[in-house]
Amino acid sequence: MAKVTYVEHSGAEHVIDVKTGLSVMEGAVKHNIPGIDADCGGACACATCHVYVDEAWVAKTGEKSAMEESMLDFAENVEPTSRLSCQIKVTDALDGLIIRMPESQH
Amino acid sequence: MSETHSGTLIIGAGHAGGTVAALLRQYGYEAPIAMVGEEPLAPYQRPPLSKAWLKGEADADSLALRPDSFYAEANIDLVLGVRATTIHRAAKTADLSGGRTLPYETLIIATGARARTLPIPGADLRGVLTLRSAADAEALKALLGPGKRLAVIGGGYIGLEATASALALGGSAVVLEREPRILARVSCEALSTFFTDYHRARGVAFEVNAMVESLEGAGGHVTGVRLAGGRTIACDVALIGVGAPPNEEIARDAGLECAGGIVVDEHARTADPAIFAIGDVTKRPLALYQRSFRLESVANALEQARQAACAITGRPAPAQEVTWNWSDQYDLKYQFAGMPFDVDDVLVRGDMAAAKFAVFHLKGDLIQAVEAVNAPAEFMMGKRLIGERRPISRERLADTTISMKEVAA
Repeated sequence: MAKVTYVEHSGAEHVIDVKTGLSVMEGAVKHNIPGIDADCGGACACATCHVYVDEAWVAKTGEKSAMEESMLDFAENVEPTSRLSCQIKVTDALDGLIIRMPESQH
Repeated sequence: MSETHSGTLIIGAGHAGGTVAALLRQYGYEAPIAMVGEEPLAPYQRPPLSKAWLKGEADADSLALRPDSFYAEANIDLVLGVRATTIHRAAKTADLSGGRTLPYETLIIATGARARTLPIPGADLRGVLTLRSAADAEALKALLGPGKRLAVIGGGYIGLEATASALALGGSAVVLEREPRILARVSCEALSTFFTDYHRARGVAFEVNAMVESLEGAGGHVTGVRLAGGRTIACDVALIGVGAPPNEEIARDAGLECAGGIVVDEHARTADPAIFAIGDVTKRPLALYQRSFRLESVANALEQARQAACAITGRPAPAQEVTWNWSDQYDLKYQFAGMPFDVDDVLVRGDMAAAKFAVFHLKGDLIQAVEAVNAPAEFMMGKRLIGERRPISRERLADTTISMKEVAA
């Protein structure tokens, strides 16, 4: 279990206990948190689970694959801390993770 | 039953139904929601059934759209293992198998599609399967494995994904296609050739122009597929993947217009203002292409779920989306956006031999559709250009030294 804080574009916060092994996207979708649609269910095929990882956590969330990099490159409102949340696996090391959602998924 | 007809009744607990229920709650809808599903499972994702799940890379928990506990927490009455049989539009009620009747103020039909079967001798043998539900996938998975021979009848994407999964599990596969090429209904010839070659290189056999006459068996279990002309292709399991007609009967019987799908408008509403229909079962307008079409994809189910949820809760209609879909086979990520209607030319960008390319379907200088293989930039930018109806230069689009961002600039 890791505590993940999801912050909607509106500022609304959701603190969720996400099971280790699930993705950050799955943690959001399974709790019906608005702003992470994940149309493809985590196949890295749609870029509708775009999030910003809190600066302090960027290193811990690991490297982006080439596929994720390319998909993100064409998402809206991309920033250096942008990730596709379906590609971040939740581990104990991510306990306390904070992610924010972009306006385009508002 | 209830005297006041309040709340929303959703018929069908698939990806579309499950999503619209959750969205209604996200959007602040407070009236009762009931969702009726024929399968014993709460809404789950079907795409992985022929992909990651079949290969053993995803479990039941990861298939579920939401945990079972979600529905009670969100006050969504999930009625599983029953089927809605009749809609009474004047009374605003629906009868369920087993005798219950549920009232509605708003009805959402999300009954999806069913796998088409083949009316040929031997189709009822054990080991002759279709792939639509989790139960279907369980049955298929139990028959795949090292040394197991899969015969796929119908060279569409589900069949090809099952083929790749069968090989990943150590088995072999042959694809039998009635048309002169696989994917004839859904993809262009270049893609058919590419996928055929890619599967062949991994040991998959193809038979095109193959008319399946019957399925042969021994001891009640399938042993082969007999083709017109007399040849028999031996197999341990036969997967029929020849399309999925819409489950529109309940709507047609209620007097709603159906034309190869329940006819809906751009808000997913039928001609009856109290009744919406979403997902694979609908025939919907595609404004970009000025025609109606039945789309069979998760992206469509979700878009229409958003349309219906917005309409029901009085939110502004969501922006129109460009339809898209994807397929995973081996190390290939295939992504498709738009529809290849009114196309006058097809242009390949990238290197097919290196399995990294995109096929653009053009109408003049407009992109109507893009089919991308391991080419996410082409997919993402192509999808955007389709939606914006932005003209492009064919020469620049074909030139891979010019990035997709520059092509669009």
